[in-house]
Amino acid sequence: MIKDTSLTARLWSAAVWAFIVFFVVNLFAMIGSVVTSSFATRWLGTWLPAGWTTRWYGSAWAEFQLGEVLTVTFQAVFLVVLFSGLLGVPAAYALARRDFKGKRLLMLLFLLPLLIPPITFGIPLATVLYQTGFAGSLAGVVLANLVPTVPFVVLVMVPFIEQIDPKIEAAAQVFGANTSRLFLHVLLPLLLPGILAALLLVLVRTIAIFELTFLVAGPTSQTLVVALYYAVFAAGVRAVQSIDAMAVIYMVTTLIWLVIALRFVNPTQLVGRPREQAAH
Amino acid sequence: MSIHAANFHELRLERLGRQFGTHNALDDVSLTIRKGEFIALLGPSGCGKSTTLNCIAGLLVSTSGGIWLDDKRIDRLRPEERGFGMVFQNYALFPHMSVRKNIAFGLQMRRVPSAEIARRVEEAVALVRLNGQEDKLPGQLSGGQQQRVAIARAIVIEPPLVLMDEPLSNLDAKLRLEMRAEMRRIHNSLGATTIYVTHDQEEALSLADRIVVLRDGTIRQVGTPHELFAEPDHLDVADFMGFRNRVEGTLVSTEGGIAEIAVGEARLHGRLREQIRPGARAVVAIRPDDLIAVPAGADTLAASVISSEFRGRDHVGFAQGPGGRDLVFAAPRALAVGETVHLQAEPDRAVVFAGADA
Amino acid sequence: MTSLDTSLPRARNATAPVAPEAVPLRQRLKAQGYDGITLLALPAAGFLVLLFVYPFLYGLFLSFKPKAGGLLANYARFFSDPFLYETIGKTLWLAVPVTLLNAVLAVPVALRVRDIRYQRVLTTILVVPITLGTVLVAQGLLNYLGPQGWFNRVLMTAGIISSPVKLIHNYWGVFLSLLITGFPFAFLLTLSYVSGIDRNLERSAATLGAGGWERFRRILLPLILPGLAITFCLSFVQAFAVFPSAVLLGSPAGPTRVISIAAYQAAFEEYDYAMASAIAMVMGAVQLLVVGLVLGARGFLYRGSTAGGKG
Repeated sequence: MIKDTSLTARLWSAAVWAFIVFFVVNLFAMIGSVVTSSFATRWLGTWLPAGWTTRWYGSAWAEFQLGEVLTVTFQAVFLVVLFSGLLGVPAAYALARRDFKGKRLLMLLFLLPLLIPPITFGIPLATVLYQTGFAGSLAGVVLANLVPTVPFVVLVMVPFIEQIDPKIEAAAQVFGANTSRLFLHVLLPLLLPGILAALLLVLVRTIAIFELTFLVAGPTSQTLVVALYYAVFAAGVRAVQSIDAMAVIYMVTTLIWLVIALRFVNPTQLVGRPREQAAH
Repeated sequence: MSIHAANFHELRLERLGRQFGTHNALDDVSLTIRKGEFIALLGPSGCGKSTTLNCIAGLLVSTSGGIWLDDKRIDRLRPEERGFGMVFQNYALFPHMSVRKNIAFGLQMRRVPSAEIARRVEEAVALVRLNGQEDKLPGQLSGGQQQRVAIARAIVIEPPLVLMDEPLSNLDAKLRLEMRAEMRRIHNSLGATTIYVTHDQEEALSLADRIVVLRDGTIRQVGTPHELFAEPDHLDVADFMGFRNRVEGTLVSTEGGIAEIAVGEARLHGRLREQIRPGARAVVAIRPDDLIAVPAGADTLAASVISSEFRGRDHVGFAQGPGGRDLVFAAPRALAVGETVHLQAEPDRAVVFAGADA
Repeated sequence: MTSLDTSLPRARNATAPVAPEAVPLRQRLKAQGYDGITLLALPAAGFLVLLFVYPFLYGLFLSFKPKAGGLLANYARFFSDPFLYETIGKTLWLAVPVTLLNAVLAVPVALRVRDIRYQRVLTTILVVPITLGTVLVAQGLLNYLGPQGWFNRVLMTAGIISSPVKLIHNYWGVFLSLLITGFPFAFLLTLSYVSGIDRNLERSAATLGAGGWERFRRILLPLILPGLAITFCLSFVQAFAVFPSAVLLGSPAGPTRVISIAAYQAAFEEYDYAMASAIAMVMGAVQLLVVGLVLGARGFLYRGSTAGGKG
């Protein structure tokens, strides 16, 4: 950037920074108020609570059956990650390595579930899943969540595979590797970092995806976000601190994985950069 | 994997063709390569030289014709069944494997016992002078070193045929010269049959036993570097061999293979490379070094100097000749812009082809 | 061009009867790009056809089979009942201003931040609200923006207001939740566009006498705009589908009764899947319309490389 030291430029820069700081402060204050409340004995009309306690965590755990909810959440997330990898990575390989008639149409098919918000396609999807009997079960939750995650894996993996020189695979073949050895000795080790990154991103996103799970989950197949939604929706039935304790548990679950994911990926990848950008 | 061990006498391409859609990337290419030869495929980009190489390697499937290793047809075999060694343009080293593992890869695929792998890898490393670098990853090596790994990987399997796809094009000028000598040395010490693709005529001339000049998917000429350099059969080949000047005129007469061409008042002489009758249009192709400034005379080509460059030992001049054509010639000294020079070609070294409307 | 022959055994067997003299079928397919590798895309494509395309078409079909009335009865009901058709206007009234604000804020912030040293710290902080999702943000804002929350307390202590501003259970609650999740989204997208612009373009503009504002207006903006149009579309579509925060933070019976609430109620409170599908289709159509308009306008912009030289 070219250093511009005129007064207007400095004022403008200060204004932009002020906005950034304002935004970040409010964000942290919002999260902070949830955390504070979850440890509060009583918090009414004051800056800080009257006293501190951890008992809300115990009561939230019992009231909202968080043990079961967390088990379901991890089962669902694990299955979604596994299947989106199994379906998405081979498809990404085909799209990265081949030009064929209908490729643009296929790309569109993989793009649409990411562009169309879940609630729009979720209602017809839920209808179909209810009629086929999948809804209300873990299988239904997994199937619904795979709809945006499979394309997400494809879109993250295609540029990753494209930047691997296809001549490397050609070299392996010329030097005598057949398809299975090519895969085992060359492709898998080269693709592994990309697969790991893509699946971690899927993991983080899946924990937080609300709408699809909300539309198809039954009482025994609720994930943590959905349980949190119902708790907030029914506010007044339980103590607000109890809901906040649950929110903190949810935040910790999500952010642990986010922190792990960020060791391997760039934050911008979480929003799934559009394809033409990845081509740079 | 029977081919690689087998001894062979020759590799034949028989009327090989490759179509991309309606485009003929390769058309009716026939060529015989004898064991131990170093063959260069030379031509501009898009001439079909890489297509030929990829067809031989099995990375591209030919659409017509056949490839034979002695009496065994190989053009339907998959690349891993052909047993050739290949050096790729960007080396295509496996980025996740050490130098040692890269070189050992082909041997592992052939299930060579590990003790022998170790021995042969060590030999190959010594041959390409990479001792001490065995445990590095390709990303930690310089361009020249990566190049050496790629060569070692290709020759360690002792293939009947080594294929090289513009292996020097990614190196800087100095390193390119160094690696060129290196390749020649390695070829001399192993005698591996080599097919080498390049667009650089100097590289082809200095390395190859025979050069195949390709253009528009067909073979223009096959010959030793000397033959091609002195006696190009085709204007395209001459183009590639450094005949930068093309002067058009009319054939006046032929005597003992030397033709006299009239260009306006001027007369140029050169060896006739194509059958043309007196009176027909002809093109004289002359290398800059063979177009020399002479004292004014009735039969010289008068040209007006545009610029001249110092080349170290001598000068090279650029001038506009009759009819506005650009001429490049050997200048005796630095010339002034606008000065008139009189040029004449060395009759023995200029070549004459049929003109455009002959 | 490099092409590898690694067809799966299955593909090879399939053409076995045609061999040996008629090689072509496999090769003709291969010339079009169909071989064993291409088949790898089939499972994922099949899955999406089954669980994305089919439900969508089924929903479309279902929307024309209302519980009562003729073919178009669902749509007729939607566009005649103000309780239903007003949701379009209400949703647009939320989504359009907030998306515009997010996109407009994202540009200067992205430009300011693109070459600071701690860029990754900031992007990491901003990715947090996206990761946490709308439900948590809703619960957080209920605490934070409430009449007893820290936000109102600070304003009152600073003397800016005398009594708490009502920021939840109304339009503003939803608006602010869309800002807190939508701005980072728009920012991260814009940042990746801005990072792709060759710095030498600005440097050369500066040597030609362009000041800061001129460089922005004549060089950066034209290069960012196409990306910004995409950012706008993606952000808008998300905002238009706002659901949990509209219920939790807004007044879901009043000014924030957005279209997804109407669709949800039709499906899960009235169990009228046909009507719910019709509303989902209307929702999709409005999104498509706005995206189409924006992308249509984008057609007039420069959309080539943002690198300075070749590349």
